[in-house]
Amino acid sequence: MSGPGNNCWLHRLALLTALATLALLGIGGLVTSHGVGLAVPDWPNTFGYNMFLFRPSKWLGGILYEHTHRLTATFVGLLTTILAAWLWVRETRSGPRWLGASLIFLVLALMGARNLPVYVGLAGLAPVVVGVSLYQAQRHPQSLRWWGIIAFAAVILQGVLGGLRVVLLKDQLGIFHAILAQLFFVLVCALALFTSKWWQGEGALDPRPALSLTWISRSRRRQSALISVEKKLAPTDVGGYTLRAFSPKCEVFRLRVLLFGTTLLILGQLILGATMRHQHAGLAIPDFPLAYGKLWPAIDPGSVALYNQRRLEITDANPISASQIGLQMAHRILAVLILSAVAWCAWSARRRFGREHLLSKLTLGWLGLIMAQVVLGAWTVWSNKAADVATAHVLVGALSLATGAILSIVSSRGLVLAGGPAAQPRLAASLTETAFGPSASAIASLQ
Amino acid sequence: MKKTSTLIVVVGLVAALQATHASDITGTVTLKGTPPAEKEITPLKDDPNCGKLHTTVPTTHFYVVGPKGELADVVISLNGISGQSTGASAPPVNLDQKGCEYLPPIQAVQTGQKILVKNSDPVLHNVHTLPAVAGNDEKNQAQAPNGPELPFVFSKPENFLKFKCDVHPWMFAWISVFDHPYFAVSGKDGTFKIANVPPGKYTLQAAHRKAGTATQQIEVKAGETAKLDFTLEAK
Repeated sequence: MSGPGNNCWLHRLALLTALATLALLGIGGLVTSHGVGLAVPDWPNTFGYNMFLFRPSKWLGGILYEHTHRLTATFVGLLTTILAAWLWVRETRSGPRWLGASLIFLVLALMGARNLPVYVGLAGLAPVVVGVSLYQAQRHPQSLRWWGIIAFAAVILQGVLGGLRVVLLKDQLGIFHAILAQLFFVLVCALALFTSKWWQGEGALDPRPALSLTWISRSRRRQSALISVEKKLAPTDVGGYTLRAFSPKCEVFRLRVLLFGTTLLILGQLILGATMRHQHAGLAIPDFPLAYGKLWPAIDPGSVALYNQRRLEITDANPISASQIGLQMAHRILAVLILSAVAWCAWSARRRFGREHLLSKLTLGWLGLIMAQVVLGAWTVWSNKAADVATAHVLVGALSLATGAILSIVSSRGLVLAGGPAAQPRLAASLTETAFGPSASAIASLQ
Repeated sequence: MKKTSTLIVVVGLVAALQATHASDITGTVTLKGTPPAEKEITPLKDDPNCGKLHTTVPTTHFYVVGPKGELADVVISLNGISGQSTGASAPPVNLDQKGCEYLPPIQAVQTGQKILVKNSDPVLHNVHTLPAVAGNDEKNQAQAPNGPELPFVFSKPENFLKFKCDVHPWMFAWISVFDHPYFAVSGKDGTFKIANVPPGKYTLQAAHRKAGTATQQIEVKAGETAKLDFTLEAK
């Protein structure tokens, strides 16, 4: 996905939207961590006032978190609207351009009506719009405008879900609201990536080597030619150059699968975490790394009743249940699996591409995030679910998911081998032939 | 006509006789063992508006125990009785929000009996009921400082139905709802009294949120006060 040329201001807007979404996730995390999601009992108004006219002097206690969350959400919605409209206008001409832009701003105007049936109607349309946009996006892979529409529909759905959770008093809606928030964050991070100079190809995070063997997924002919390349060669020092050779399709594909699979594991973990948090029962297991003093806790009715009786809760007063204890244990086990999977990704990338390669650095950073997440998870338990620690755990979880998604996207685009300093084309071809045999020299591309 | 009026007189006499011979059940609840230390409600202390309503740091009240082990906030009720609620005609029960705490934290009412929630604080609260029994409605209503009382009525029996404030998430009250009038809540001295219990054999239950539940059999004889003590164990 690249679109018609790079616009740094568009990229900055996308980046701002991603950062604002991260802040929104943090404030939303604080709302749930403090247990004040219903501190403002009405929506879209705030204690009967227009939310923009609700005086700051009344932002007391839990109202501060919930009202700030709503205001920040409105800001993110506005940024997403501008981003979607900009992407649309940028990639279309004449009739479709103005029709699309008008529809976007019409929907924005309808959101200003502060009418619940209108909101529910728009939210009901959102999944349809997302479905149609996904279809169009895969038909036009170079285009970004359909991803902008998806983000726009998603942010409307997310806002309405949050509001309905308040007026309908349904904890289950809070779970969907939390999960969609994470997915939306991944989407806006991806948009920030796609609008970046780096992705557009006009620059690079690493200096582009003069000698490279590029595997590009777009060309089927190149793919089939690459299959015939020798499967594995040791790194070779030839005339001052280090050439690492591999069977690109097999090994890159394996790494892509690993990255994507690990990202899905993290998504599953976030779904588990959201389910736990939005049952508002506090810590189902008050100790770590043991669980009620054991490796696996007793979850018979008598034991669970005893846990509830011994629990001295201050803010979370929903009783804990056997299923919640089960969820917490699943969350802990999955954390270990994720840590192992991300470590494997980092090791695989480093082994295949060397430590200086972009993917090696990113996967190592990803591993650092996951390790921080494990520490925060333990700290959440040890601090008896202190609101700031629990919220940091949510935020780092979101960053971990977004990092995995970005890695999966980056790895699917193509990979560049590490090479030496600028080389002569003839020398490059000779090196390629030495490494891969005569058939490979015709497909090596020099950059 | 004559037979009808005779029947009415007889029924009235029987009711009067029963009332005359209705008895009380009294007793004391004590706690065995050492309860865990109460926790300081630090979010209340740290709240800029609620913190200044207290001169000392408020604590939780999981176990309110007297010097000789007398246990307060125990809900004592007769088991196995239903459909005898007089809640509709009973006087309303008051629940106050004072010092950013619900007072009293433990109460008991009948189905159909009105609960009037008052806000005596200079800050806004919202009253959020969280029933677990289908048929009792969940509500979340804002209540301005010294604003009008909010009425709540529940139609189904439920143990320890929760009230909370979402603006101040440490605020909780629990109200048990019964389908009959034979219940009481033990006071700070651990004593309780259930009045006007018709003669008969019953199962009496004592329930505490943390110390658990205990039941005993009791026989109430006409004109005699039945006495039964309970001992609950700290968990």
